[in-house]
Amino acid sequence: MSSAGEHRIAGVGRLTPANPVRFTFDGKAYSGLQGDTIASALIASGVHLVGRSFKYHRPRGILSDGPEEPNALVGVRRDAARATPNVRATVQEIYDGLNAVSQNRWPSLSFDVGAVNDIASPLFSAGFYYKTFMWPKVAWEHVYEPFIRNAAGLGQAPTEPDPDHYAAQYAHCDVLVIGGGVAGLSAALAAAESGARVILCDERAAFGGALRFEAEARLDGKPGYDWAQDAAATLAAMDNVRILSRTTAFGYYAQNFVGLAERVTEHLAAPAADAPRERLWQVRAGRVIIAAGAIERHMVFANNDRPGIMLASAARTFLNHHGVAVGRKVGVYTANDSAYAAAIDLKKAGIDIPAIVDVRDNPQGSAIDEARAFGIRVLTGHAVTGTGGKLRVASMIVEPNKGGAAEIIPVDALIMSAGWTPSVHMFSQSRGKVAWDAATERFLPGTYAQDCVSIGACNGTDRLEESVSEAIAAGESAAKATRKRAKKSKVKIAVEGGGDWTGSMLGAGPNGANGKVIKAFVDFQNDVTAKDIRLAVQEGMHSIEHVKRFTTNGMATDQGKLSNLHGLAIAAEALGREIPKVGLTTFRAPYTPTTFGAIVGHARGELFDPARHTPMHESEVAAGAVFEDVGPWKRAWYYPRAGEDMHAAVNRECRTVREVAGMFDATTLGKIEVVGPDAAEFLNLIYTNPFLKLGVGRLRYGIMCREDGFIYDDGVVGRMAEDRFHVTTTTGGAPRVLQHMEDYLQTEFPHMKVWLTSTTEQWAVIAVQGPKAREIIEPFVEGIDLSNEAFPHMSVREGTFCGVPTRLFRMSFTGETGFEINVPADYGRQVWEKVYERGKSMGMCLYGTETMHVLRAEKGYIIVGQDTDGTVTPYDAGLGWAVGKNKTDFVGIRGLKRPDLVADGRRQLVGLKVKDGKTVLEEGAQIVADPNQPVPMKMIGWVSSSYWSENCGRPIALALVEGGFERMGRTLYVPMPDRAIEVEVTGTVFFDEEGGRING
Amino acid sequence: MLLIHCPYCEEERPEMEFRHAGEAHLERPKNIAEISDEAFAAYFFYRDNPKGVVFERWRHLHGCARFFNAARDTVSDKFLTTYKAGQPKPDLVGAANMNIPAKSGKSGK
Repeated sequence: MSSAGEHRIAGVGRLTPANPVRFTFDGKAYSGLQGDTIASALIASGVHLVGRSFKYHRPRGILSDGPEEPNALVGVRRDAARATPNVRATVQEIYDGLNAVSQNRWPSLSFDVGAVNDIASPLFSAGFYYKTFMWPKVAWEHVYEPFIRNAAGLGQAPTEPDPDHYAAQYAHCDVLVIGGGVAGLSAALAAAESGARVILCDERAAFGGALRFEAEARLDGKPGYDWAQDAAATLAAMDNVRILSRTTAFGYYAQNFVGLAERVTEHLAAPAADAPRERLWQVRAGRVIIAAGAIERHMVFANNDRPGIMLASAARTFLNHHGVAVGRKVGVYTANDSAYAAAIDLKKAGIDIPAIVDVRDNPQGSAIDEARAFGIRVLTGHAVTGTGGKLRVASMIVEPNKGGAAEIIPVDALIMSAGWTPSVHMFSQSRGKVAWDAATERFLPGTYAQDCVSIGACNGTDRLEESVSEAIAAGESAAKATRKRAKKSKVKIAVEGGGDWTGSMLGAGPNGANGKVIKAFVDFQNDVTAKDIRLAVQEGMHSIEHVKRFTTNGMATDQGKLSNLHGLAIAAEALGREIPKVGLTTFRAPYTPTTFGAIVGHARGELFDPARHTPMHESEVAAGAVFEDVGPWKRAWYYPRAGEDMHAAVNRECRTVREVAGMFDATTLGKIEVVGPDAAEFLNLIYTNPFLKLGVGRLRYGIMCREDGFIYDDGVVGRMAEDRFHVTTTTGGAPRVLQHMEDYLQTEFPHMKVWLTSTTEQWAVIAVQGPKAREIIEPFVEGIDLSNEAFPHMSVREGTFCGVPTRLFRMSFTGETGFEINVPADYGRQVWEKVYERGKSMGMCLYGTETMHVLRAEKGYIIVGQDTDGTVTPYDAGLGWAVGKNKTDFVGIRGLKRPDLVADGRRQLVGLKVKDGKTVLEEGAQIVADPNQPVPMKMIGWVSSSYWSENCGRPIALALVEGGFERMGRTLYVPMPDRAIEVEVTGTVFFDEEGGRING
Repeated sequence: MLLIHCPYCEEERPEMEFRHAGEAHLERPKNIAEISDEAFAAYFFYRDNPKGVVFERWRHLHGCARFFNAARDTVSDKFLTTYKAGQPKPDLVGAANMNIPAKSGKSGK
């Protein structure tokens, strides 16, 4: 027995001594039993000190036995990549080889240097960080920031990427039951037996909730906990039920959409390699039954945070479930009857209970009578006003409330209860409004916002019998509401026993309020004391939201599950207002910390942002391309040869295209097939250009505006037939252009007979550009006369290319004779290889997006989104010729007439010639007229495109400049940190100004 | 995640399938080229932002791809109704649990 801890009591609890489990804590080996948490196993070995507090580094122990735990946070480490910080020791089950470490201490848990903060605590009162780090300014960089960064954060994150995978599943059900205690199980049974599809989840390893500690309750003649296991087994065997243990309902969203996080392998010594670590359930429920239970509160008194001081219900769980006594001499401090039940159970197990200190003057009830009958000394109208001990509580100081001598009672554990807080978190997350029940001093579900119902302890239903009948009714009615053929269930559960506790204490206890005493903790995790909250009120925080943020009460990872009501009560008292008038802060998801792994699921790495590849991608890789990201696409950027840097490669590619020819992958361009009797009419409205008279087989460069008159996208449109157009868009603009067109077609011009189809992925597009382009492609083409006369610039023909159907475009984004070969995407790579093979033998090169950019800039062709920024009109861009003068309507026609768009001084697209002939301007650089004006200078424009042009032998740039067209030939300046660069305003065409080459 | 009833598919589908598309019942003037600056501003720039019921457009992008209209309460985030594009603004006065703003909609729409 002692192998599983010397505080394990023979014959008590539900764990099997035959199943020992070995684990380590801070490197020391311990042994527990199958079914233990880290907390219960450590207490079994007499270990209460498990961590240091965040701010003051005070020694801290185990406060609770569940997910509400604020203190006992540990790191659990499987390996360097699987190290989870801030694991609640009260939730994490032990497994063979589990390796846990304490947090927030250095060099060791029992001797911690940071504990100096405790002595210096007057410096760290509420809001200290708003005051302390104000001055001198220089101290920020060297003193304050390093100090804060060092102190910030809780626990150690793993140093390597998470190697595990996380699953995700959507689920639909008629009834979702949150919480598998007696109420949740009863409701699930009733709903399931009525025929509803039910999901029942509980955050713990086993179902049963409060039945884990409530040893007296009997259901259907069985001990409560046994009944719960049987009920869970019954439910698990039903086809219409899914029951999920170790599964936390963490978020309640709109329309009964609830997020559940299932921890699949966290409790296993050797998880299967293919098992997900966690599974995210996204459940859409017809009706939600919230059976979340209640959370016991601690008492607020001086030094109430020493290890060994814990909630009464926790001590009772450790005893009745784990068979572990929390001490040999256990003091009790309470305002609620439930602590009596714990004391009696401990007493029965042979533990000494020196005294029950009850803050109430005259508590009545069977529990009190029974305690007295057991011979336990009951001190009513008394308070614990302090404790002794260092790394573990050693004594409690007891004083009568009406004054009198203090008594020091030696203890090695102290259990407490200030009453029970209904767990309204999920209800509140569902946007329900809580209502204050003055008689029982608690917030209960008030106005519902969604189709859900609260039952049992979270609904303020205290008696076991009432909880069960309420749960059965809720289950049946939920089934009836969500299932047409629901039948009445025959569920009947006989109930005997169960606690009937009253009593509540909100805020600080007697003398704990003493101004001299500053260590009466309200919020353990953030080290917030009663005094801090009073100080916040004193300093002018009158709303609970302000008090919360000033003191950080309730803002730790436990979200103040224990502390919120105490904090609220203390603030209300200090403000002289009633609690409901001060208000309760809103509960938000997640209910308990939820890992990024569970939320992210499969959406990481390549699946987070999938890359798109063109059909020719592998050929480009083989050719040595360097790629750049353009939206989701991987595009070949340049093709360096041995010894070439980017600059050299781009210069070579630029020269080769103009001297011989180059081949470029233009597949990523957006493509939309516009078909129907009104297709021309429709495009005429969408583009600024006239489209009605475009001949079949002809291409037109089109500009698309929004209604405000600014350029939205551009591209080449080909007329394939009277009623069929092949529209191209920019690479990044494809989805939004289709959306824009669909919007007009569906909602403004619904009378038009037009159909739009995205064909971006249907076509592979290979651009062949340069003086030898025709010669290169000629042998592959059938059915198309390639001569300049039959197939002039800006025309399109259908035929075959390498035997594959093609739409062959005669067009150019380089200013050279050019073709864009459209073939079905599946043939793209073969055609690419064929053309490359022939072209290469004739001196052709492959070129990437960088060379494409340079060549188009040499010709002054704009790139929407680079040379335009959403405030540029076609006129500003020097493309006024593309606006149909005789058109009576197109999208943007009215916007273009707006006063500001026709006013003088608009930024207009011009070329810039750098006077020194060698400096390449920085894209985005600002432009000024006078470099000697005082700072801040008046900026009259900016450089939108800038490159070294090997073909021109000098740098070239495009810029948007105020009144740019009027400034031709003028000198402007581009100020840089070291000097102002002198530039001359020019036209935008830098190469082959006559444009003869394109028609070659 | 909201569930949205697509009036074309006649099904409730998850919000992920849809894309919001701005205020509803803003009709592009037939003679847009001739309208005044004020009328253009009212059409293109000014939008209602009420606390309460809004009439807005959605597109069932990853479904039937149709644009449609919806009435949604911005306080409760609940959809009151959805209806096909081109249908008149529904008369929701008197519907339960509503926060209809005093001034709603655009003039002449």
